[in-house]
Amino acid sequence: MPQLTEVRWHGRGGQGAKTAGYILAEAAAADGWQIQAFPEYGAERRGAPMRSFVRISDAPIRLRCPVRNPKIVIVLDDTLLGSEDVASGAADDAIVLVNTTMSPDEVRKQLSNPHLRVATVDATGIALDTIKRDIPNTPMLGALAKTTGVVTLEGAKRAVHEKLAGKLSEAVLQGNLAAIGRAYEEVREA
Amino acid sequence: MAEQIALEGNQAVAEAMRQVNPDVVAAYPITPSTEVVQIFSQFAADGKVDTEFVAVESEHSAMTACISAALSGGRVMNATSSQGLALMWEMLYIGASLRTPITLALVNRALSGNINIHCDHSDSMGARDCGWIQLFCENAQEAYDTMFQAVRIGEDLRVRLPVMVCYDGFLVSHSVEMVKVEEDAAVADWVGPYVVDRPLLDVKKPYTVGPLDLQDFYFEHKRTQVEAYPGVPAVIEEVGASFEAAFGRPYGLMEPYMLDDAETAIVSLGSTAGTVKDIVDAQRAAGKAVGALKLRAFRPFPADELAAQLAGKKAVAVLDRSMSFGAASAPLYSEVTSALYARGATVPVATYVYGLGGREILPEHIEQVYEDLAAVAASQKADTQPKYLGLRE
Repeated sequence: MPQLTEVRWHGRGGQGAKTAGYILAEAAAADGWQIQAFPEYGAERRGAPMRSFVRISDAPIRLRCPVRNPKIVIVLDDTLLGSEDVASGAADDAIVLVNTTMSPDEVRKQLSNPHLRVATVDATGIALDTIKRDIPNTPMLGALAKTTGVVTLEGAKRAVHEKLAGKLSEAVLQGNLAAIGRAYEEVREA
Repeated sequence: MAEQIALEGNQAVAEAMRQVNPDVVAAYPITPSTEVVQIFSQFAADGKVDTEFVAVESEHSAMTACISAALSGGRVMNATSSQGLALMWEMLYIGASLRTPITLALVNRALSGNINIHCDHSDSMGARDCGWIQLFCENAQEAYDTMFQAVRIGEDLRVRLPVMVCYDGFLVSHSVEMVKVEEDAAVADWVGPYVVDRPLLDVKKPYTVGPLDLQDFYFEHKRTQVEAYPGVPAVIEEVGASFEAAFGRPYGLMEPYMLDDAETAIVSLGSTAGTVKDIVDAQRAAGKAVGALKLRAFRPFPADELAAQLAGKKAVAVLDRSMSFGAASAPLYSEVTSALYARGATVPVATYVYGLGGREILPEHIEQVYEDLAAVAASQKADTQPKYLGLRE
């Protein structure tokens, strides 16, 4: 059977869960993996909870449904921990990566499954420092590189550069790249 | 060099349109049209295509302009979805009746009401009697590849009909996946130049299209129009084989999957066929003789070929992603059972409706269908009423 890694992003409209999912998929594709990435489109509005999904595999991906048993869960907004079961369907060896100033132990107390790996990083703080805006999605890619093997630090930076170069000013692009590096250094796991 | 690129389905289809470089694209560039038109209009604005891009005031006008351009001798393409196709409805019939080879990318989405933007096949099925060829695609690669084939099929002098290239809204249109994008010159050569057989603007050979056609001749004209369709399946297969020879990816009227020695099978359209294949693999690994049939050509309906694939199975299930209100059964099930029973096949066929308005279809739904089929195979009786997958009742 093919080796399949499924990733689920939880965020709010405007935080970039869709774009980050696409960048992650493109980074994996650049490493030679088969990929599938799609957001869950609801009534699109800024601030509304939304999810996006990424599948990465060594074989063509034929499944066409939302990710329900993620190996990796990424939460872009810690206020979602109280309103959504972000651990839903995740097996005990899955990791939950949260943008928060809380410690992994504090986050674990809010999860429906206390056995999961938990990592935290203040991606919002890093984004405000480096990008000057509360866009926590790209720093999370750095944290993802550190805590999982699904993408490398260089791969994440390269994919962000390819996706955003030309669309953003050079300063904002460099801010994004710096944010990835900082999140890679600052992510904590327990 | 051809290259593998991560693309959304709509991006892949717009890329195919850029490579075909049609003479005319007439579109209404706002919802309910698609990103295909948005992306393509950028290509036109950037001078990457030679296309005359006509921004019209409605989908009805879009199809009218496409038909007129096609009659005048242009190679014409367009894209739409859902309510957009519904608004074209009157002109769809005229486009087919006037034998205009138009290629239309159709992103399959639900019809109102209530308002819904997500995937189902109601839009295609609403247009199933209008005379267009309808080809369904499982993924972005198939949608990209089928756009080129649609041009060749529709323009073939044995066919001369408009073609809808149908692919699932959001599930394919807004999903990023790896797509092998061929070289511009390679696909342009393969598609070839448009052979204009009787342009309306040829003043030396004037003829009339779309005139008043009353009791004395309309019936004969419809009788001759129906003759256009029996030869189409062979052209679809021929073009598919030519595409495989050039680019290595096979296409035909349908794709059987582990079907030869299967005792039971699921028939489906579009992206769900991918999920079905994964479940077939899992069931086969557990020793169960199951298979699947993905139908690619829904119009013309390849009844003989489909019956040949399914006759002799112990039980078959048909998955419909739309309903036909007031009809005896859902559209695909109706076609499959007509094809089988008219040819004397007595295989029991179970009917399922799923996924309306984007409701998710999950692996366990497909597993449930195969489980049901084992019981149908044993009893040789299938319920004539549909079961609904993933519905709260």
